[in-house]
Amino acid sequence: MMKRINKYRLFATILTIDLVLTLFDTKLAQLSATKSLVFLIEVLIIVPPVMVLMGLIDVWVPKKLVEDNLGPASGARGSALALLLGSAAAGPLYAAFPIALSLRKKGARLSNIAIFLGTWATIKIPMILMESSFIGIRFALLRLAFTIPGVLGVGFLMERVVPANIFPDKPFPVEHA
Amino acid sequence: MLSLTLLSITLIALMVSFRKDRERTKKALLLSYRSFMTLVPSLLGMTGLVGLVLALIPQDLLGNLFMFHGIAGFVLIAVVGAIVTMPAPVAFPLAGSLLKLGASLPALAAFITTLTMVGLVTAPMEMAYFGKRFTIVRQSLSFILAILIGILMGVFL
Repeated sequence: MMKRINKYRLFATILTIDLVLTLFDTKLAQLSATKSLVFLIEVLIIVPPVMVLMGLIDVWVPKKLVEDNLGPASGARGSALALLLGSAAAGPLYAAFPIALSLRKKGARLSNIAIFLGTWATIKIPMILMESSFIGIRFALLRLAFTIPGVLGVGFLMERVVPANIFPDKPFPVEHA
Repeated sequence: MLSLTLLSITLIALMVSFRKDRERTKKALLLSYRSFMTLVPSLLGMTGLVGLVLALIPQDLLGNLFMFHGIAGFVLIAVVGAIVTMPAPVAFPLAGSLLKLGASLPALAAFITTLTMVGLVTAPMEMAYFGKRFTIVRQSLSFILAILIGILMGVFL
């Protein structure tokens, strides 16, 4: 319950400021509320369909297959699967942490974990439409074209820099890279 | 126009899925509903904040703030994005409103990347799962990537 209230902290603060503002400058408070509302409607036209698309992807992409193909010997196919898995999911980055950890426990490569987190955060196929409508389609596609190799690069670099046995609960044998 | 495309694609996908497997489609909708509900607090907060800032601070002043397209403005926006982590559906509308204020596209590309990939606020959580080293290396590399993407966007856009 406390957590729930905490999540609305920013909104509650804004609402309080708007209400207090009403006492001093009704016009300004109205302007603020109107601008927020117009923006909110704009956002609400786009977010729900994106969520539905991501829910559909989530139930139709066979997870088992993906989980079984992320191991040390997975190579390029593993990276591609990590990309697909990350881009198919919904939710903020911290929702990906427990999933990434369970993938790691099932034997996924460190590079694939980093790729999975990176794609989860910033590449979402249904989101390209959303990015296009708020900023521009050229922008969205170009950013995607730079981000995919970038995330892959970060993944492989991480595997070189971070020792495989650094995870807190060390649930698996150390691999020697 | 784009939202109409998005809506039709979603409806078609939903119908195809429903024809193939009712139960699975119901599960998908439940998942969508849940992920939407987790977004609601941040969507309300973000739109509320943007409206308030737009009303309080004169448009040209805000424009000036984002107008310095030089390296300083670029780095500033990337650093601001690195502090908090936002889910992409919240990050895009926010970036869109910054665009209307006159922020440059390369800066926005860096902003979106740091906003979604790097989060000082959520770093302790990431450390609890993956340890300090993994978190620090991942976040620093992602920040560098964001800057690179921004520069590349500036070259190609």
